[in-house]
Amino acid sequence: MNATAAVSSSVVSAPRGSAPSASALSVFFALLRRDVRVARKEIWFFLVRTTMQPLLFVIVFGYLLPKMRFVVGDFQSALLPGILAVSLSLSAIQSVALPMVQDFGWTKEIEDRLLAPVPTRLIAAEKIVAGMIQGLIASAFVLPVARLIMGPIAGLTLSHFGVVIGLALLGSLAFSSLGMWLGTAIAPQQIGLMFSVIIAPMIFFGCAYYPWRSLDVVPAIKYLVLVNPMVYVSEGMRGALTPSMPHMSLIVVSLALVLIAAGFWVLGMRSFFKRAIG
Amino acid sequence: MAAIETHALRKVYPAPPAPKRRRRAGASGAPAGQGGPSFGANGGSASQVGAAGNPRGEIVALKALDLEIRDGEFFGLLGPNGAGKTTTIGILTTRVRPTSGKALIGGADVATQAVQVRQRIGVVPQRPNPDRSLNVIENLLFHAAYFGIPTSKSRPRALALLEQLGIADKASAKVDEMSGGQQQRLMIARALIHEPQVIFLDEPTVGLDPQTRLALWDILRELHAERRTIVMTTHYMDEADKLCDRIAIVDRGELLELDTPAALKERAPGGTMIEIALSGDAVQLDPIRAEPGVLRAESAGSVLRVYSDRGGRVISPVIQLVEDQGLHVANISLTEPSLETLFVARTGRKLD
Repeated sequence: MNATAAVSSSVVSAPRGSAPSASALSVFFALLRRDVRVARKEIWFFLVRTTMQPLLFVIVFGYLLPKMRFVVGDFQSALLPGILAVSLSLSAIQSVALPMVQDFGWTKEIEDRLLAPVPTRLIAAEKIVAGMIQGLIASAFVLPVARLIMGPIAGLTLSHFGVVIGLALLGSLAFSSLGMWLGTAIAPQQIGLMFSVIIAPMIFFGCAYYPWRSLDVVPAIKYLVLVNPMVYVSEGMRGALTPSMPHMSLIVVSLALVLIAAGFWVLGMRSFFKRAIG
Repeated sequence: MAAIETHALRKVYPAPPAPKRRRRAGASGAPAGQGGPSFGANGGSASQVGAAGNPRGEIVALKALDLEIRDGEFFGLLGPNGAGKTTTIGILTTRVRPTSGKALIGGADVATQAVQVRQRIGVVPQRPNPDRSLNVIENLLFHAAYFGIPTSKSRPRALALLEQLGIADKASAKVDEMSGGQQQRLMIARALIHEPQVIFLDEPTVGLDPQTRLALWDILRELHAERRTIVMTTHYMDEADKLCDRIAIVDRGELLELDTPAALKERAPGGTMIEIALSGDAVQLDPIRAEPGVLRAESAGSVLRVYSDRGGRVISPVIQLVEDQGLHVANISLTEPSLETLFVARTGRKLD
């Protein structure tokens, strides 16, 4: 415990001078490596946290109810793409929002990254990319598991897999950016509220468990849900994975997701910047 | 070139939305005052000078700070809580945006050339804020990587730093397994891993036990011997006195004095300061000033301050004079001429 003796030699032995200039790209990847390292340490907690809800839904609505013949027909085909959309969005939001709330709210742990010699925006951008990766991992985990639980699904095709990937990237970008915005704008005490007031309605009115077209039965809701970004991920996944189900045009979906992602990106960046620089 | 320059540096925080926040805090049952004006600026330490005089209720943390810190200098920012020390460090480390004025680190502007500034600085925060998701050595290796230093280079250096700071046995420990003092040393190692030219320490010894505090002083002296520029805030007089080449005394966002510790002590009002806490605040100063041995006498509220060139020998006649006025003495303290007496003479209040 006696550090006095330990520092008798020079604390800093290397020659004096400022650190070598780091390229922004190498710093970006160092930040990303840090997040990947942390995510790997807690991969199972992460998967349970983000895929439990959608998988429970699959077990009840995709396996039990069809077996009990409470639901019939194409329900499973409508459900699978939606489940994918929910796990993608949920994990992308949480992977950014939760650490942000914690870091800015009380632990201030992010300070060491805010001192990195790169523009502050790049640090926020890295967080969003890390959130995207976690969103993609969660959905890649859920898709085969859900398919396994539900059994053969009518009309499921992987022939548009490129489109699925593209939509997953766009969707995770949109929701990761939303996570950045929520995580930096919401007070830590209100994090519970974020789940009940924002995330839960988003899931239930996100056309994850039913195609948007079938909301024809209640037109008011049909048009109201269009403000919900999750609708476009669900409908896009439906168009790509089960094209025989009714779904929005992929062009509309992609356009909407690009606009939504851009909007949340701007809001998230602005809010991050406000918290990072006093 | 000066290591650090500031010109008319000013920081004003917008008025906190007090009534609104109180209502919200009440509704959610959260303690009031959470989520201060800004993280990094440590809202609690911004002085509320403006609150009374400023109709908009803005908080003026820094009024117009001019500083020039030389290359290789050990510079102390001394002042009570709310003096603007943390705001100054926040601005110099690119974490707080100045309202107006300029600050340069090695010629790079903290507001417009933040990346260059960050390249040159290492920061030891007021409270340890290690990355708790990483272990001790990972904290250092990743911090180095954020500065573009490959692990092959940073690992031997990180191990050497941990060794020198006396926490080598904790290299693969979780951060949470370390004591507060050990975490503070980790923060020092982190601030040094990328070889910064300028090191900022914000109240580095607050909350440390005396032994760890002395160990930290030794570390700082080593760094100083290597001609690194060190800027340290503190509200401990002895710390500033023993370590710093020059000290700036700040209070309420203003620079009051700036000189070497020796010169500052010479400037302290002569004599021993005798502080007497009274039972009331209407003490007549004239009879006390007339007492032989009394150089100066002044009162602030119920506190009477007497400067004596006869040490404590004036105490008993002064007490007699006070009691003749019908007041009672609640407490007495003596302080030899020091930074402390200078500070009290300049600001009218004590440091801690």
